[in-house]
Amino acid sequence: MSLVPPRSGGPRPNVPVVLDGEEVSAYEGETILALARRVGTDIPTLCYLDGLSIHGGCRLCMVEVAGDSRLPLACATPVTAEMEIRTDTTALRNHRRRVIELLFAEGNHICATCVSSGACELQDLAATNGVDHIHYALEFPRTDVDATHPKYVLDRERCVLCTRCVRVCDEVEGAHVWDIAHRGNSSTLVAELGKPWGEASSCTWCGKCVLVCPTGALSFKGRSTGEMRHDPDVIEFLTRLRDEGEWVDRQEVSS
Amino acid sequence: MTDATDRPRLRVATAWLGGCSGCHMSFLDLDEWLFDLHERADLVFGPLTDVKTFPDDVDLTLVEGAVTNEDNLELARAIRANSRVVASFGDCAVTGNVTALRNGMGEPQAMLERVYVEHPDLAGVLPTEVVPGLLPTAQPLHETITVDVYLPGCPPSADRIRTALIALLDALSNGHPLPDEWRGPEDLTFGN
Amino acid sequence: MAGPIDLDHVTSLEREARSRYTHRALVCSSTACLSAGAAGVRSTLEADVAAAERSDEVQVVASGCPGLCSRGPLVRVESRGQQPTLYEHVDEAAASTIAQQHLIEHRDQAEVDVVDPELPFYAKQVQVVLANAGRIDPDRLEDYVAAGGYHALESALRTMTPDGVIDEIDASGLRGRGGAGYPTARKWRLLHAAQAGPGGDKYVIANGDEGDPGAYMDRTIMDSDPHRVLEGMALAAYATGASKGYVYVRAEYPLAIERLERAIRAAKRAKLLGRSVLGFEFAFDVEIRVGAGAFVCGEETALMASIEGRRGLPELRPPYPTERGLWGQPTMINNVETLANVPAIIRDGAAAFAAVGTAESRGTKVFALAGSLQNTGLIEVPMGISLREIVDEMGGGIPDGHRFKAAQTGGPSGGCIPEHYLDTPVDYEHLQQLGSMMGSGGLVVMDDTVSMPEVARFYMEFCRDESCGKCAPCRVGTVKMYDFLDRICRGVGRPRDLWHLENLCKTVRATSLCGLGQSAPNPVFSTLDHFRDEYLALLRDESLAAPAPHGVANSDALPNLRGDT
Repeated sequence: MSLVPPRSGGPRPNVPVVLDGEEVSAYEGETILALARRVGTDIPTLCYLDGLSIHGGCRLCMVEVAGDSRLPLACATPVTAEMEIRTDTTALRNHRRRVIELLFAEGNHICATCVSSGACELQDLAATNGVDHIHYALEFPRTDVDATHPKYVLDRERCVLCTRCVRVCDEVEGAHVWDIAHRGNSSTLVAELGKPWGEASSCTWCGKCVLVCPTGALSFKGRSTGEMRHDPDVIEFLTRLRDEGEWVDRQEVSS
Repeated sequence: MTDATDRPRLRVATAWLGGCSGCHMSFLDLDEWLFDLHERADLVFGPLTDVKTFPDDVDLTLVEGAVTNEDNLELARAIRANSRVVASFGDCAVTGNVTALRNGMGEPQAMLERVYVEHPDLAGVLPTEVVPGLLPTAQPLHETITVDVYLPGCPPSADRIRTALIALLDALSNGHPLPDEWRGPEDLTFGN
Repeated sequence: MAGPIDLDHVTSLEREARSRYTHRALVCSSTACLSAGAAGVRSTLEADVAAAERSDEVQVVASGCPGLCSRGPLVRVESRGQQPTLYEHVDEAAASTIAQQHLIEHRDQAEVDVVDPELPFYAKQVQVVLANAGRIDPDRLEDYVAAGGYHALESALRTMTPDGVIDEIDASGLRGRGGAGYPTARKWRLLHAAQAGPGGDKYVIANGDEGDPGAYMDRTIMDSDPHRVLEGMALAAYATGASKGYVYVRAEYPLAIERLERAIRAAKRAKLLGRSVLGFEFAFDVEIRVGAGAFVCGEETALMASIEGRRGLPELRPPYPTERGLWGQPTMINNVETLANVPAIIRDGAAAFAAVGTAESRGTKVFALAGSLQNTGLIEVPMGISLREIVDEMGGGIPDGHRFKAAQTGGPSGGCIPEHYLDTPVDYEHLQQLGSMMGSGGLVVMDDTVSMPEVARFYMEFCRDESCGKCAPCRVGTVKMYDFLDRICRGVGRPRDLWHLENLCKTVRATSLCGLGQSAPNPVFSTLDHFRDEYLALLRDESLAAPAPHGVANSDALPNLRGDT
């Protein structure tokens, strides 16, 4: 699923929707998130990434839809005609703030010593959602850093379990090095069923997992505090080109 | 800021618990604005003064650092009992931050023995005098006392400190109660 | 190859065989009685009868569960021309007495404690699903057939259209017994209307992943009357066009798995399952899938992932399983007890079923009665019965001079009902109004020695341990809700902890991905609704210098790290 609007010449948006009190036109089948981004309404996301499948685990993009007692996820819910969507109510703000606080409480998100400080999606979410402290007792987990890979480092204490790395490795690179082991609060990111990353023979060293990581959990080796810069947008670019057959030799195909 | 002359002078304190004093360095980066602050408030306690015991009747206290030892705990309680508004000043006070990195490493006793006995300095014994005992874990300030305002950052920039102080001093001198969930200035962020 | 089973023929053969016996002794061989020594009781009976050379007059049967588990091992003796006798607390010595006096000397009753036939525990029951439990040998297909089994399937295949079967279920008013009470016929119609992809099957799944603490209704149905579940599944498959079924059973139920396996094999041999069921143009096959010990796999999307061999994680709905389920094909998941009601509805008609219960909740519900009661075990009661009748009469009241405090229904997703609601009728709507839920049928009674915040903490610990970890609010929220509850229970909670707990409960309920997280706060909400005073009494004052939680004790209790005293 891609959030990029169809190129000019395609159908025009013709599904009438009310977004935060304003009448807007959506494309047929467009998700609430795609619509919101297209018209410039900010809905916070964390596990969602253009070019990857929907995970639905971070819950931050939840919205209110008139007539629906649940809080549907903007990333996974297609708009329907006359849908009335609210993206920024007091209740939503409170829920989002608490979920972000829970993510902070779960890990060791110590920005002052983090490679990704200043370019971290969790840090940005805290700032934009008014999280100035954590109401919940911090867990202070202790897990080993996996620095066995020659090029990359995994620090599980900074992982928010968004599974972007799992999905990009499986869906885009096709290697499926990563997955989540254990369950609940013990969930942890593992390479090849629990091997040190450096011994994972299925890893192609492509680095896409590092590029899409929203926090400092996955980083390039040798980066110091605040030096890591991720590039998650590259995945949308890659998958779009792949879907459009940009890497196929067109002459060979046509002959 | 409105005219300072027609209002009573406010009593402001700062405190240094388990932190690196970087937040106080940032406070000093307020530079000449410190004169403006002095126009409105007296600095009645903190590393920048020579006062030994926490005074009574303080309007605002900025607390740097996590609560990591017995002295911190005692001072934090004294601060709360004698301050109208307590602000967690910087990431160590807000989250535990670097000071709390030790929390995942287990009991402090083992750490102390590793530092003082296994890799001994001259004495090769645990320090027993002057040095306060460590608490089992280092905790954010609000886990120990009620905190009114949070000022994250490692350290918070001088600009951020100034913005917060102006808002707080205005509220205090106008007698405005602080809202329950005082959100603080808009550019709040952890880390740098 | 032999043809399909002739049900009437088997029935008459079975009746004839049984008429040769003067006594039929049914030894409960379900999980609870087996753990209390029922196997030894049965071998004693068999040995004593054999030694007296009465084996051709006395039949000793390993039966399913008669329900009164707190008085096990139970032995039911059916003697010609006499009301059945139910012996309680039977050990091997008592078994010898029963064999000698009742089975061999033909006395009306041996000198062994018996359950009063008028005991409200039994007298107030209406048994539909449990009609055979404790009365047949679950390992013998013939026993089930002789008790009227598989006749519903045959008559449906012979005389009813699939739509007709669904209409009958619709008319009965049957609702899902897994807890939520979704109308069963509506679900069946969705699957009936759905089209499988090219070359694909439609699936029916019996959800036997019963995970609520203290609940064992589905286990008993599966280990005491496994064919009833299979017949229900076959009827569901016929009605909806499904051709493949799975029974998903948790690994903690080895006996149920064993008996289901045997039942499936017997049903296949008798052509009650297979490519042409009973010779009709209807193919249906059933396999067992064994869970691996995750509560979340009772959630239908996680359950399907588990069947497919993937991690048992819930997925976003929609699409609902009836649109895209197992291996992408239309799939319907019904609770074991729901399916076990189906054969009776088709055999006896919707009207007979609907005559029991209330207007909105028809039929009966099986409850696992547990906790502080004289009588505990499995009961099947008409919907609409009051909790007071269940607790005071069927359960026999609270032992040891204690008072009733609360009844917990719905397990970790449910809530606690206090004494002044004891006259509430037990049905889906009323329990929900009280902040609890019908749930799958766990009913735990607590007396006045129980602390309600501790009850909430117990259930939260369960949810915390069972959270799958996929979504953040449940994964971390259950940990933090537990922390707050633990702090309060230990007497170091502060008023703001309670405030944060309530807010967090709201967020976890509103934002979790699946039912586990959405309902995890329910025990907290319901204990707060009805027993808030107990929480408040545990809180310590919000003094300015309140000690910090989470390891930082108050300074008096600090370990001395300086070595001096």
